Amino acid sequence: MLGFLQRPIVVTADVNLNVVALTAAGLLSRLWRLAYPRAVVFDEVYYGQYLSFYMKRVFFLDGSGPPFGHMLLALGGYLGGFDGNFLWNRIGAEYSSNVPVWSLRLLPALAGALSVPMAYQILWELRFSHCAAMGAALLMLIENALVTQARLMLLESLLIFFNLLAVLSYLKFSNAQHRPFSPGWWLWLTLTGVACSCAVGIKYMGVFTYLLVLAVAAVHTWQLVGDRALSHVGGLPRGAGRAGVGGQGQEGTGVCVLGHVVARAVALLVIPAATYLLFFYVHLTLLCRSGPHDQIMSSAFQASLEGGLARITQGQPLEVAFGSQVTLKSASGKPVPCWLHSHPSTYPLSYEDGRGSSHQQQVTCYPFKDVNNWWIVKDPGRHQLEVSSPPRPVRHGDVVQLVHGMTSRRLNTHDVAAPLNPHAQEVSCYIDYNISMPAQSLWRLDIVNRESDAEIWKTILSEVRLVHVNTSAVLKLSGAHLPDWGFRQLEVVGEKLSRGSHESTVWTVEEHRYGRSQEQKERELELHSPTHADISRNLSFMARFSELQWRMLTVRSDDSEHKYSSTPLDWVTLDTSIAYWLHPRTSAQIHLLGNVVIWASAGLATALYALLFCWYLLRRRRRVCELPEDSWLRWVLAGALCAGGWAANYLPFFLMEKTLFLYHYLPALTFQILLLPVVLQHISEHLCRSQLHRSLFGALVVAWYSAACYVFNVLRPLTYGDTSLSPSDLQALHWKESWDILIRKH
Amino acid sequence: MPSAVCGGLAGSELRHRRGRGGPQAARAAVPEEAAEAAAQSPKRPAPGSRPSEGACRWVLLALVTLLAFATRFHRLDQPPHVCWDETHFGKMGSYYINRTFFFDVHPPLGKMLIGLAGYLSGYDGTFMFQKPGDRYEHHNYMGMRGFCAFLGSLLIPFAYLTVLELSKSLPAALLSAALLTFDTGCLTLSQYILLDPILMFFIMAAMLSMVKYNSCADRPFSAPWWFWLSLTGINLAGAIGVKFVGLFIILHVGWNTVSDLWHLFGDLSLSLVTVGKHLTARILCLIVLPLALYTAIYAVHFAVLNHSGPGDGFFSSAFQARLSGNTLHNASVPEYLAFGSVITVKNLRMAIGYLHSHRHLYPEGIGARQQQVTTYLHKDYNNLWIIKKQNTDSDPLDPSFPVEFVQHGDIIRLEHKETSRNLHSHYHEAPLTRKHYQVTGYGINGTGDSNDFWRIEVINRKFGNRIKVLRSRIRFIHLVTGCVLGSSGKALPKWGWEQLEVTCSPYLKETLNSIWNVEDHINPKLPNISLDVLQPSFPEILLESHMVMIRGNNGLKPKDNEFTSKPWHWPINYQGLRFSGVNDTDFRVYLLGNPVVWWLNLLSIALYLLSGSIIAVAVQRGVHLPAEVEGLSQVLLRGGGQLFLGWALHYFPFFLMGRVLYFHHYFPAMLFSSMLTGILWDSLLRLCACGLAASSLASGVHMGGVLSLLLGTAYSFYLFHPLAYGMVGPLAQDPRSPMAGLRWLESWDF
Repeated sequence: MLGFLQRPIVVTADVNLNVVALTAAGLLSRLWRLAYPRAVVFDEVYYGQYLSFYMKRVFFLDGSGPPFGHMLLALGGYLGGFDGNFLWNRIGAEYSSNVPVWSLRLLPALAGALSVPMAYQILWELRFSHCAAMGAALLMLIENALVTQARLMLLESLLIFFNLLAVLSYLKFSNAQHRPFSPGWWLWLTLTGVACSCAVGIKYMGVFTYLLVLAVAAVHTWQLVGDRALSHVGGLPRGAGRAGVGGQGQEGTGVCVLGHVVARAVALLVIPAATYLLFFYVHLTLLCRSGPHDQIMSSAFQASLEGGLARITQGQPLEVAFGSQVTLKSASGKPVPCWLHSHPSTYPLSYEDGRGSSHQQQVTCYPFKDVNNWWIVKDPGRHQLEVSSPPRPVRHGDVVQLVHGMTSRRLNTHDVAAPLNPHAQEVSCYIDYNISMPAQSLWRLDIVNRESDAEIWKTILSEVRLVHVNTSAVLKLSGAHLPDWGFRQLEVVGEKLSRGSHESTVWTVEEHRYGRSQEQKERELELHSPTHADISRNLSFMARFSELQWRMLTVRSDDSEHKYSSTPLDWVTLDTSIAYWLHPRTSAQIHLLGNVVIWASAGLATALYALLFCWYLLRRRRRVCELPEDSWLRWVLAGALCAGGWAANYLPFFLMEKTLFLYHYLPALTFQILLLPVVLQHISEHLCRSQLHRSLFGALVVAWYSAACYVFNVLRPLTYGDTSLSPSDLQALHWKESWDILIRKH
Repeated sequence: MPSAVCGGLAGSELRHRRGRGGPQAARAAVPEEAAEAAAQSPKRPAPGSRPSEGACRWVLLALVTLLAFATRFHRLDQPPHVCWDETHFGKMGSYYINRTFFFDVHPPLGKMLIGLAGYLSGYDGTFMFQKPGDRYEHHNYMGMRGFCAFLGSLLIPFAYLTVLELSKSLPAALLSAALLTFDTGCLTLSQYILLDPILMFFIMAAMLSMVKYNSCADRPFSAPWWFWLSLTGINLAGAIGVKFVGLFIILHVGWNTVSDLWHLFGDLSLSLVTVGKHLTARILCLIVLPLALYTAIYAVHFAVLNHSGPGDGFFSSAFQARLSGNTLHNASVPEYLAFGSVITVKNLRMAIGYLHSHRHLYPEGIGARQQQVTTYLHKDYNNLWIIKKQNTDSDPLDPSFPVEFVQHGDIIRLEHKETSRNLHSHYHEAPLTRKHYQVTGYGINGTGDSNDFWRIEVINRKFGNRIKVLRSRIRFIHLVTGCVLGSSGKALPKWGWEQLEVTCSPYLKETLNSIWNVEDHINPKLPNISLDVLQPSFPEILLESHMVMIRGNNGLKPKDNEFTSKPWHWPINYQGLRFSGVNDTDFRVYLLGNPVVWWLNLLSIALYLLSGSIIAVAVQRGVHLPAEVEGLSQVLLRGGGQLFLGWALHYFPFFLMGRVLYFHHYFPAMLFSSMLTGILWDSLLRLCACGLAASSLASGVHMGGVLSLLLGTAYSFYLFHPLAYGMVGPLAQDPRSPMAGLRWLESWDF
């Protein structure tokens, strides 16, 4: 037990100076003058507002991606002591002194810097030479677009970092196959899963790399399943155990197929899912106050936030009883969230198109809080409008009448066409004109999310449909705006042919109190008084998560065209650029622009790889194997990860309909850069026939790399934005007609 | 007869294959071994049973076909009014008979065949097909319905033959055929003038011929091999010629062909020349032949439809010139644009239409409350504009003034002829594309403000500074804001009559959206010149009509607040489609799959995935399976795999589609899924029977299982047949209705 005392403690450090040097160079290139420019650059204006929300712990909803990326940026702000007080409204606005620019930009810059040595590691783990690995890292180092993107408070460099980390740890894991279930094996396997879910947590785009890693892992696992040397289950000899029979392996020989499969499934499926949930858990824990995006969420969700609705609904009675005073909110947020409403005006006698109406009191949906939103739930069999003692709760299937609080008229629908949707029924508050049109004011309560048929109608939690007893029409928000006579409020109709339960037919009780007064005057006074408060009602985390995730996926961002938007086809040829920032006085400017030499050669390398791969594949099919088996496998794996990574991160954009920008291409570009040295080394090893060819090729590669360095240096002013260039210099940089270089006219 | 259960399955067919196979046999090594093993097993079929089995197969085929025709043609004339999409496809059939040009988002073959069937059966094309519910009266509609029902009936024998070929098992084939025969959905969809029966016919025919030519693989380049191969190609052309959904069966066949070629290529006993021959044969039959046929379909389409009709406006000016009756046909117009001319302006991007305005204003809250300007695809008086000089209000048509031609770079005003308002733009955001500026009609009787001035520019000037009608590509730059007039191609909401949005874009990128040409041109002061230049070549027409169709398909977007069918609804039979009738007094037909069949299919897919993966893992682990189990698992993996691929290819792409989707889109996938169900249950029951090998129960389990499935589906058809054959009386939510007990899901509204 005390064996460690008997031997000296030895630490053997194995320092690869290449990696150290690359890290240093990466840090230098990404961190140099990081706080410059001290102004909002491009999409910082977008992420910045969410950052401020985190600092103030105010709830927000961003449909563009999961919260992990935003949280990492917010971590930078937290470490720098940012208080969130900055108005993010304009690109180019000077940061005020309370904004810790350096620490805000630190995390993305670090991620960008660390991507450089990671490129080296990946190539090394793919079993390519040190030379090729150095090449990959050096290319990453001088890629202008990656430098620009990493030096600003943006998410792409973080995404790229976790993409590379996932690939790297998977490679480390698969290279540790000779010692399965060792700590290192577990570490790299778990890290793969975690890195994948981090990537997905930053941008949905991370899913592409995740799927790629999963696919490679699945192929490897399938080969493992075919390995007859492994036992089925546990340590039993082959044939004796049957698949599907669970059992603990014997000590020592515990290497079994089932164990391998389960370990991978847990690490690559369960852990990422759990991590993803964890992001949301932290997100929702951090953002506990109500904010400007509350309205999109359901009442129950809003009630779980501090302030806002929670302040109103705290202390409301939970169960709706006969005599309750309620406001009914439509569950459909389209076109705007609103409450069931009525007011003393009546429907016009006849509409513009000549149809007549019932001329009864209008019922609408109104997007603002108003005393006219209050309704009283009445038992049709009794006259009382106050809650009896003890309260009699309303249950699923009960028949109720809804009495409008201020006018005391009952909610009614009948066989009269609705004003804007003539196929549906008009909904009104009933006025007895004594014209043989009887009141039809009975509604059956249908709780949509009930668990049992005797469920009680609960405020906020219950989603109810109101089904008209006489005509079986369902109370529905049509979404259309009424004309001037209806004060442009939203139309409410009785839908006869309702199909399933659509959001627009579902209502929830938002504000609620037990009515105490029988007299109309007193009741009006009561309606005007605010509701009282005490206990809060909490939604479970899973319910909040699923609602938030669903809203994030379905929230409509208006797909606006942007000045700098581009199409995927423009990216490969670098036919587009994005002007990120322009100095307010001089002509110093930052552009997202790639290193043209690298882009062109990476594209060529991908095409060459595809051609060579097909050629070898066809030859091997005819049993002509000019490549040794191990270098073929290495070539295939490198292609699957690098060329596959490029394709997986690039091709899906052709199917997307959202507005796209050049920076969406950067993850794909990173994988393409990794492929470049792979192809070069392959050419030098297998296609150059003599030593002379090889030397010549080496010289060519050096010349080509120098050219890339030269281009990096020429474009450097646009990458860092640190020097002011004269108009003629700028004109000289205008290499492509489609680049938007900004030239000041004086 | 226990022999039929296990041994007779794959044995006999594969055995003679070996005899003739020669060198090719090597690549089919795995099933071959299995077959041999099966043949050597003690339960070898008695030699005498083969002829009787062959006869049995034909008798069953005849029976199945007969039943299919009987069910499909029963009450075909009911209801005698237009049902659902008959209003479109019947109308388009009539267009072919009348030879008037129309536009539809689907390729023409299906409608051409409908038109042909109508023509041959004596329908004269005079019925209007205006809306569902219109009575046919004396018009002869039975020819067209009969044609569709005929093709719909053939699906069942095709399914029977396909499954028989894939599994070599009569019970499996019978089961698949029964599932399809007794499915109310397939039945309903086959009984009306629709594209779906035609589409499904070609899909199934392509599948059958592909399976047939696969089974001829041991006799390459023989007559049957060529026959089935070219038939596959022909059917592929037919499928894609009816609807673009036919692309999925092309992918299926393509995948099959590629993997086939890959096997041949890896077979070292074949010389490269032979492989090359294989490759060429497939290129000829599966690429060249279908392409030629597809092009031929369009050639016929354009040759038949040579009269101007409702579809003209969707196409470019040049295209319209070939339609007789169109104003551009043999047109003679003044050649160069002059001030005072009355013109129509057409966007160069396909399917955008003419610059249009009408008396309605933009609604409140959407930019300035001024007159709407849109683009509109149909020809209309509101498309006419007068081109005027910047500041002179004098009438340019006054004969005392000399004619002044419009030059590149001139500052002009465009006055809407009907309302006398000027084309106008200003710094208000456009209704849909928020980053662009709003375009309105402004001013009274042609007097507006400086925001009405536009600079007219010719792109790639070829004809000097003047502007040539039809040929010059022009754009309009707004003088004050510097933006360029264009159409975003997005449909406005109801207040804009769903016409397309016109904006003024501050981004001066050169896109087709902002380029226009002058189409009609009226100027009494100028001589008319005949334009002979406008004859587009056939490839140009073909390309253009495809662009228009693709845009049309993309334009079918679901509207807000509309209940739309989602792909996940389909396999669970969540909701049907009303073909005819709404109220309880109407004759109602409701397209809904037979729930027993559909839910069985759903269960089978899950079971198939489970059993398939178990078998695959077992094979990968090298578990030694008994010979008969080995044979069955081969059937499941290969035959079942083909069908599963077909199902997946015809189903999952719909999840990616942005256009409006309907329940009937699932039916091609449903065909594959039913065939899979047949193979799966037959194989599973056989496996069970093999498990019980020794006991006399073995054959009983199999036969009993298949029989009970057959009877079960038949009984469910008896229950649900009113859905397809029509029902009258109270709706099913009414407890008095005879269908009340059958409303198993609340979402079914029949």
